Amino acid sequence: MLRLPSFTYHRPKTAAEAVRLASEHGKAAMYVAGGTDLYPNMKRRHQTPSQVISLQDVPGLHAVEVQPDGRVAIGAMVRLATLERHPHLLRHHPAFAHAVREISTPLLRNMGTIGGNLLLDTRCTYYDQSHEWRESIDFCMKKDGAICWVAPGSPRCWAVQSSDTVPVVCALEAEVELVGTAGPRTIPAAELYRDDGIQYLTKRPEELLTRLWLPAPGAWKASYVKLRRRDTFDFPVLGVGACLWFDGDGVVRKANVRLGGAGSYAIPAVETEKLLVGNELTDEVIAAAGAAAMKPARTMDNTDLDVYWRRKVAPVYVARALAACR
Amino acid sequence: MVLDDPTSRPAPAGKARTDAPWRHDARPDELKHIGKPIRKVDARSKVSGLTKFADDLVLPRMLHMKLLRSTMAHAEIVHIDTRRAAALPGVKGILTGKDMPIPFGILPVSQDEHALCPDRVRFVGDPVVAIAATEEEIAWEACRLVEVEYRELRTIGGIHEAAANPEPRLHDYGVRGNIHRLENLEFGDLQDGFARAEHVREDTFFFEGNTHLPMEQHATLAHFDKDGKLCVWSSTQTPHYLHKALARVLHPLPAHHIRVIACPNGGGFGGKSDPFNHEIAAAKMSMLTGRPVKIALTREEVFWCHRGRHPVLMRSKVGVTRTGRITALDFQSYLDGGAYGSYGTASTFYTGALQTVTYAVENYHFRGARFFTNKAPCGPKRGHGTPQPRFALEVQLDKIACDLGLDPAQMRLDNLAPRDSLTANFLRIGSMGLGACIEKVVAGSGWKERRGKLGRQPNGRYRGLGLACSSYLSGAGLPIYWNGMPHSGVQLKLDRSGLVTAFCGSTDIGQGSDSVLGWIIGEVLGIDPLGIRVVTGDTDLTPVDLGSYSSRVTVMTGNAAMQAAERARDLVADGVAQKLGVPASRLVFADARVFDSEDPKRGMTWQEAVCAAEARLGTIGTVGSYAPPPAAAKFRGGGVGPSPSYSYSAAVVEVEVDAETGVYTVPKVWMAHDIGRALNAAVAMGQIEGSVYMGLGEAMMEEMAYRDRSHKGQRIFVHKIPSLLEYKSPTTLEMPAVVTYVVEDPDRNGPFGAKEVGQGPLLPMMPAVANAVFDAVGVRVDEIPVSFEKVFAALQAKQDGKEPRYGPATDASGVPEVDFGDSLKIKTPWQGGDGTAWNEPKREKKAAK
Amino acid sequence: MTEPGKVLATFSVNGEPHEVAFAPHKTLLEVLREELNLTGTKHGCELGECGACTVQVDGTPVLSCLLLAVDAVGKQVRTVEGLARGPELDELQHTFADLGAAQCGYCTPGILMAADALLRDNQRPSRDEIKQCLAGNLCRCTGYLKIFEAVELAAARRRGEDAQPSKESIHGAR
Repeated sequence: MLRLPSFTYHRPKTAAEAVRLASEHGKAAMYVAGGTDLYPNMKRRHQTPSQVISLQDVPGLHAVEVQPDGRVAIGAMVRLATLERHPHLLRHHPAFAHAVREISTPLLRNMGTIGGNLLLDTRCTYYDQSHEWRESIDFCMKKDGAICWVAPGSPRCWAVQSSDTVPVVCALEAEVELVGTAGPRTIPAAELYRDDGIQYLTKRPEELLTRLWLPAPGAWKASYVKLRRRDTFDFPVLGVGACLWFDGDGVVRKANVRLGGAGSYAIPAVETEKLLVGNELTDEVIAAAGAAAMKPARTMDNTDLDVYWRRKVAPVYVARALAACR
Repeated sequence: MVLDDPTSRPAPAGKARTDAPWRHDARPDELKHIGKPIRKVDARSKVSGLTKFADDLVLPRMLHMKLLRSTMAHAEIVHIDTRRAAALPGVKGILTGKDMPIPFGILPVSQDEHALCPDRVRFVGDPVVAIAATEEEIAWEACRLVEVEYRELRTIGGIHEAAANPEPRLHDYGVRGNIHRLENLEFGDLQDGFARAEHVREDTFFFEGNTHLPMEQHATLAHFDKDGKLCVWSSTQTPHYLHKALARVLHPLPAHHIRVIACPNGGGFGGKSDPFNHEIAAAKMSMLTGRPVKIALTREEVFWCHRGRHPVLMRSKVGVTRTGRITALDFQSYLDGGAYGSYGTASTFYTGALQTVTYAVENYHFRGARFFTNKAPCGPKRGHGTPQPRFALEVQLDKIACDLGLDPAQMRLDNLAPRDSLTANFLRIGSMGLGACIEKVVAGSGWKERRGKLGRQPNGRYRGLGLACSSYLSGAGLPIYWNGMPHSGVQLKLDRSGLVTAFCGSTDIGQGSDSVLGWIIGEVLGIDPLGIRVVTGDTDLTPVDLGSYSSRVTVMTGNAAMQAAERARDLVADGVAQKLGVPASRLVFADARVFDSEDPKRGMTWQEAVCAAEARLGTIGTVGSYAPPPAAAKFRGGGVGPSPSYSYSAAVVEVEVDAETGVYTVPKVWMAHDIGRALNAAVAMGQIEGSVYMGLGEAMMEEMAYRDRSHKGQRIFVHKIPSLLEYKSPTTLEMPAVVTYVVEDPDRNGPFGAKEVGQGPLLPMMPAVANAVFDAVGVRVDEIPVSFEKVFAALQAKQDGKEPRYGPATDASGVPEVDFGDSLKIKTPWQGGDGTAWNEPKREKKAAK
Repeated sequence: MTEPGKVLATFSVNGEPHEVAFAPHKTLLEVLREELNLTGTKHGCELGECGACTVQVDGTPVLSCLLLAVDAVGKQVRTVEGLARGPELDELQHTFADLGAAQCGYCTPGILMAADALLRDNQRPSRDEIKQCLAGNLCRCTGYLKIFEAVELAAARRRGEDAQPSKESIHGAR
């Protein structure tokens, strides 16, 4: 049986206490929410904190609150299963609710949280392996080794952004609330992420993600389309999050298209966005915008399914995500 | 075509009474339990979580063992330093290869494995050191403290590489270089067959390897007690063969001091049919430490055990008449065997054995080559060696039907191998329900109206139908090691309480073999099958049954059980007849009573009957045994393929293809299986549906993919995805609706006419999916799995005006150059052949042990 | 804070309190199987990739391989051993046994616990809802179909209907 390494387990009662613990233990500490990402990683010895700080007893992280202005505050500890069934989200944020439902399996959604999913470790088929397997390739730079196996000449790690919700919340221009040693701050969700497989987050390690803020409904429409082999279990090999703002005549005023599973962060499909703005969503516009999507993508041979094929069919999925915004 | 005279066929042991109401062609209404959807004898335990699998067992003072496995694909072991591991508190025992120098292997001809590698590792995952400790974590940590120095050897990464690189040899036995086996068998006159053909096709196919992926990870508990007796509980499908391997490696421990208990298997599918290094190492570790030792493999280690489907390259040349009759078939298979022999010799023959059993093949040439490569060893997975050629043949026939403008279903119906006949390679076909199977799925699927006409759907996707057929054996005709003893034995003990206990070496892997014993004995004795105590898979207590492989158990154990039950019935009848003063021939056994057929009120309960018999005859116990009829094939290699009977399956698969991406789904499958007679239709359906499922996984996604990289001048060659997440298998959401037809064409060699069901229905799935994709979008994927990427590549080729196909090169470069030497030449039955090869050098007949 | 040494805690498993000592890094799976000897809960990967270890915690099906045992303290844990009512099997257990929905039986406990939770929330689940509910449980034997049928049949029986398996599901199509 694969087992966890031993650790000291903390269950702080306030956010401040959690931050203090994390700050005190530095690199030895990690937060845990649902545990569905961290514990497998610990069993495979990718992540080996000696101090595990559970957030389950921290108050204020467990609620979905609809604000008077229409925005929705989602506590980081809210279970994914709660979100996928939440009537307000299903009605007003169907793309987000759909992305949540696309995550792994119902059992894991019963355990996993939105905070955990937003901070999901990047994935790679050279990394998400047992200690023994990684030993046979002499490890990789993300853990215990020196090389990036996907791009051996590269100085950086190319592990893949694999959360289903991240492309959507970035496209939606949602915000996240972080609490650090100096108190809370709120930043656009997109600013939480960096283009690096190892340092994929901009937040400080001790900063605690407390809340996700979804925008109020308006003259925009969002979608999420996921490509994977099976309709359950599998992480995205492409996750297209799109959010389009329209003027009164159906012309796209602003467009955010984010590609998950295509690099170490949810990559903005800038060419696609340019082709959309100022146009109506005709079949031709959608096809052209879809075809332009993959230029900035960094699709590599470190996920399921053939890398060449993933690049080839990506425009189809981007186009489908755009069509879903009509 | 020479038809076999059925009356000349030897009656199998256990079928002495042909006048019994349970003869193979009994009417369903004559049978009380057989054919009824009775619960399995272990059903309540399984739904209550009470079934004890190997890893559920715990003994006092038990140690936990872990294996340190090779991180190199191919290397010599220069030095092993275990000193730091030994110093870790909690470590109680360490073993290396030198502690178990005797090699073993499932087949006598390939004893090429060691419990721990003594001097060479042959794949990433080969075990090198075993460590036992008080906690599993400690054993794992201790393994990390072992230092192994390797000297790298050139890695042999696949079929073409093995053919091109005779050095370094993985093993110092085999044909030559890295060729493990070469077979070359010619039946009839190929030249004449092709000359008479009106259409000839030559195609190349590839079937990637895949694995069983049982939900239960292998586990073993071994206890060497203070009396010098060893007991090994294990998740094994073959306790008898494990017993033999333990006795061999643990020499001089006497075989009769070794007890193997096969725990219920949490899925086997062939993956627990070999004796495994971890089983032997756990036993040795218990002998070393004097304490019980358990090893429970991780999921990754289950991938290292493997013994799954061989990757096979195939080249098939077939000549047919205008109506699709096969006048000549020239079939070559090239198997990637992985690092060890395992069942590979049999696997090689199986890639050639059963092509002749579905459709009449007049002349047949088979060449097979198996190579050693630095991968986890391949072996028997559900269908053992036959799904790969079946895929090739059924797709090729689909192409031929297309070439000739024939309906693929009708073409098959027109060319069925006849029942009660001998094939070109001397396989004896008995009952043959393939025609009925085809008719069922053709009617059910609306094949005639819908094939080729589904086309574009309102959702923009394309639908198509594909058909394929298959056959499988009901048990291998020969045992793994040459001997003249029964393949299956059953002992019955009748107790004064009325309890009947059946002892049999067979092993329930979920297929229901324990229940088969209960149903058959219950039917013969007229008692409730669920009231029978079944004791199985324990080499101390139960007579030998060779194991749960080759779909042999229902037929072989079933016949042995029937003989034992008939003998018990005779004994009980004797006692009752004397007590009632009624002739034994007038007694009826039914409803847990034994009574006079002419005066049913005159009788006694089953319990009273047993007591009457015991009073008259003493303690009541009987035995039954079974060995298959002798094979008609007498040539070298003719031992693989013969079986008491053959099952048949036909499938129609419907697919829906997204032509923009190659992504497809399988919404519906129609599967008909000729089972001879279903001893329990509900349980048989479970086997059929499970086969559809597993075949679908092989067709769509499952594959043993390898990473092939180099690093600091060293080649890295390791399984790419040894996890349940990344080795893709179908989930509830991929499983199609299945219309299952249980076709019953009773065979005289089966108990109540039963034939196999566990493996056959898997076989047509892969070609049927490929054929359906062709029907939907007009492209051929001549390679398994038919993944989305390959469909897309074929669609792109079509769009670019190239051959609308994905697969290995169709010219000679598609297969490696191998000198197969001279063929063994065998005259077919219709040429007057007697089953021997006319050019075979005289062989010394081995004396049966 | 819980140091790596053992903690002593009282669990409620299948309605009964169990006092047990274990290290804080032990999962519920390990404590159930190795400390409480409740081996009905199985494991196939220990990484959340198969569903074999599914148990209910406060009525919700979760993976015991990814839940720390300390986090289950104070909650109601229910395993396959707690499904039957005394000597009487639950409807789901009956229908799984009758239809052969358990072949090797290894994935069965996890699937039963997931299906039982579904039927408590949804008395009349559609085939699609059952598929979705069990989309985190792998089975290699059955092809899932007998499982779906068994859940449907149990749902009907829990609703008080005198439901029997269809002829087609136990004898095949004609």
